[in-house]
Amino acid sequence: MSTISQKELDEFRAEAAAWVKENAPANPGFMLPLTFMEVGTDEQFNFLREWQNKVYEAGYLGAAWPKEYGGHGLDQAFQDIASQELARAQTPIMLNAIGLNWAGPLILDIGTEEQKKRYIKGILSAEDIWCQGFSEPDHGSDLGNAQTKAVRDGDEYVLNGSKIWTTQGNYAKYMILLARTNPDAPNKYAGLSFFLSPMTVPGIETVPIRKLTGEYGFTQTFFTDARIPAESLMGKEGEGWLVAMRTLEYERGARRGQAGGHVMVASDPEAILDLARKATRGGKPAMEDPVVRDKLVQLMIEARSLQLCSSRSRIQPLTQDRPASLALSSKLMSTEFYRRLNEFALSLQGPKAAYYVGEEDAYDEGIWQRAYLNSFSATIGGGTSQIQHNIIGEHVLGLPKG
Amino acid sequence: MKRSTIGFSEEQAQLLDIAASFCREKSPVEKVRKLLEDEQGYDPAVWKEMAELGWLGIAVPEEFGGIGLSLAEVVPVAEQMGRHLMAGPFVPTTLAAQAILAGGTEAQKKALLPEICAGAPASLALMEEHGDWDLTHVEAEARREGDVLKLSGKKTFVLDLPSADYLILSLNLGGKPVLAVLGKEEIGKLNARRETVIDETRRSYQIVLDGVSVPASALLDEGKAVQALRHIELVASLLLSAEMCGGAASAIDYTLEYLTTRKQFGKLIGSYQSLKHTVVDAHIAYEQARSHLYSAASNFNQQGEGEAATRMAKSVASEAFSFASDRAIQFHGGFGFTYECDAQLYRRRALWCEYQHGDAVYHRRLLADALLG
Ligand SMILES: Cc1cc2nc3c(=O)[nH]c(=O)nc-3n(C[C@H](O)[C@H](O)[C@H](O)COP(=O)(O)OP(=O)(O)OC[C@H]3O[C@@H](n4cnc5c(N)ncnc54)[C@H](O)[C@@H]3O)c2cc1C
Ligand SMILES: Cc1cc2nc3c(=O)[nH]c(=O)nc-3n(C[C@H](O)[C@H](O)[C@H](O)COP(=O)(O)OP(=O)(O)OC[C@H]3O[C@@H](n4cnc5c(N)ncnc54)[C@H](O)[C@@H]3O)c2cc1C
Repeated sequence: MSTISQKELDEFRAEAAAWVKENAPANPGFMLPLTFMEVGTDEQFNFLREWQNKVYEAGYLGAAWPKEYGGHGLDQAFQDIASQELARAQTPIMLNAIGLNWAGPLILDIGTEEQKKRYIKGILSAEDIWCQGFSEPDHGSDLGNAQTKAVRDGDEYVLNGSKIWTTQGNYAKYMILLARTNPDAPNKYAGLSFFLSPMTVPGIETVPIRKLTGEYGFTQTFFTDARIPAESLMGKEGEGWLVAMRTLEYERGARRGQAGGHVMVASDPEAILDLARKATRGGKPAMEDPVVRDKLVQLMIEARSLQLCSSRSRIQPLTQDRPASLALSSKLMSTEFYRRLNEFALSLQGPKAAYYVGEEDAYDEGIWQRAYLNSFSATIGGGTSQIQHNIIGEHVLGLPKG
Repeated sequence: MKRSTIGFSEEQAQLLDIAASFCREKSPVEKVRKLLEDEQGYDPAVWKEMAELGWLGIAVPEEFGGIGLSLAEVVPVAEQMGRHLMAGPFVPTTLAAQAILAGGTEAQKKALLPEICAGAPASLALMEEHGDWDLTHVEAEARREGDVLKLSGKKTFVLDLPSADYLILSLNLGGKPVLAVLGKEEIGKLNARRETVIDETRRSYQIVLDGVSVPASALLDEGKAVQALRHIELVASLLLSAEMCGGAASAIDYTLEYLTTRKQFGKLIGSYQSLKHTVVDAHIAYEQARSHLYSAASNFNQQGEGEAATRMAKSVASEAFSFASDRAIQFHGGFGFTYECDAQLYRRRALWCEYQHGDAVYHRRLLADALLG
């Protein structure tokens, strides 16, 4: 890759910032999802699909993906800048998160030419929505025990079983699917295979599940003698576990190659300061309470920790003691931080903490309450915080498995 | 808020590398323990080597005999010393040099700094019985009588006093804080006694100033005293944060060693999640503290930003080291309760560092005023 001048980057940033300013959508008049896991209504879905398409067409999504498959063929540095500008302006999220962040990079890294040609462009344009079929009702954290069956029959695999917590399952055209092709394999992992499965064949049915907020966002997905083409297989039969683990590395930020843009809008630590100024405790602004002030400063310090750890992760001499540590810790650090931040925002509100979205007297239209409840999506989804502790303990600190 | 980043220089990388192997070699734990019994508390031969490496002048300009880098390059050295619980007057000597740089006259800088850079140990007498961490709160008095200052009052937590060739002293002169510097001869005449402190690697003294007179020429630049005291507080906080980060890393390593060798109920105790997950929490707190440390190091000279970053580093490092070392005791079971177990060395060190120059709450209170309005 030829070296890029700072001038080029600066110009690109200025263009991106100007484009965002010009094109960032106005408030649509309904509540937008804060994360890709909360797309619950058709109007949210359509709005976000259109927005993603617009960002892609403008060149600010998939900037670093190869041109021949639908990307824009630039250096990663350009996409990073575009992503920063999109986030800085607090624009709506990118809808097709599973395609953009996991399925896409996976296909680009280990997919066949045919798969790249078929899937990449539709991921970027939001034409083809992707979902992830890993978790099952009886096997969540213990993913390696997944039991959904895929049985080879001529040119097809026949699927039976059920996946659950399938984010955007009801909108998806494709699923990255982990299924059991060999129940008699020498160990539970060796029996698994990975598929880029169509969702639109007979025998696949999705049933929306209501989330703790009362809204929708994920489904249970049932497979009843569903036939998918044998070429849906990704990698070899019996190698599904390795492919799934690779996918999780993209998901946890431990491996790069994502298309860019943000798929979650984090609560803004600055916004909580505004809340502390207007919320009252004992007739005075919460901001004047010394205990509140101490806690706010702790949260601001921690918010900065996340940025600093990401900055330090790129300084080799300062990571050499345990090279994987910062990358493997970032999900745990940030998701638990935002959960606590949102929870603290409620504590500022006194009795009004008990209001919820829809109550006209709620602070900030009840967004903190909703954000707190929704924050568990990230502390549970993608591997729970407890599982992250195990991973860090075992893979970073070298502790024995339980 | 603007996105925070960390800068890291070639020189920092080199010093980190050299300091890591130097401290590992010169300060194995058997040596640390041997020095606990020693009156001086450190090995003068090692001190001499550190001076020869130029470490006492890292952040002193070349014209005054230093290397001409910045405090950012002192941080990895202090961190590695903390990691190996290395004893000696490195931090007080560095602080004294900074006090002279920030608050001394040109003549004082020319006279004193080259000697300090060459290995003359120095110390500071700033703390008092009232225990206020604000160094501009000075009650020990100086009265000017002609060319002489008559002193009274008491100073606490004066480190490595008997070794010191120079001592920086804060005094209240006519209601305002000032700094003065004493030489070896004057130091020798001070009425001093060793304090019993929780961190047995430290040598800390109290001095009574009543009846002591020093020449008025001992005063540093009076106009710069307040600024110099603020600078000292921040440099001390930065270097203590570095020592604490190093200490936390070691406390965690030490605990992991036990968790991967000790068995109970037929299993390595590190396989139990109440231990495993807690050590992970300690490790993450340490990683965050280290990120803040190097952010403070690289931003130290930025107006405003440097102070905020340093206070953040001190508060985070204090809590991280305390937690890591507290759990280190607990996770060693009955052995953790013994003098022989190194966990106590770390816990004592953490307490010392946290309560010197402001605990976590103190720094957060000042941050609150700056950040929240
Ligand atoms: C909003 C949301 C969106 C999601 N989207 C998707 C998706 O698109 N596709 C998909 O496949 N999945 C998705 N998931 C599922 C998610 O990956 C699982 O919920 C998660 O892995 C946990 O599995 P589980 O729900 O079966 O909980 P369980 O594994 O049954 O866990 C229950 C509790 O036990 C703890 N636990 C389990 N094992 C251990 C252990 N070994 N040590 C310590 N504690 C343990 C867990 O931390 C948890 O607290 C989503 C989840 C959420 C909340
Ligand atoms: C001051 C003091 C006085 C004592 N007096 C007596 C006495 O008079 N008589 C006597 O017989 N004993 C006495 N003891 C010993 C005491 O009972 C043991 O130290 C204690 O039971 C722990 O055992 P251990 O030291 O072997 O630690 P270990 O059992 O090795 O424990 C090490 C660490 O692992 C943890 N751990 C161990 N197993 C598990 C598990 N399954 N799950 C989660 N965590 C685990 C422990 O909590 C501890 O943190 C005394 C101890 C002390 C500190």
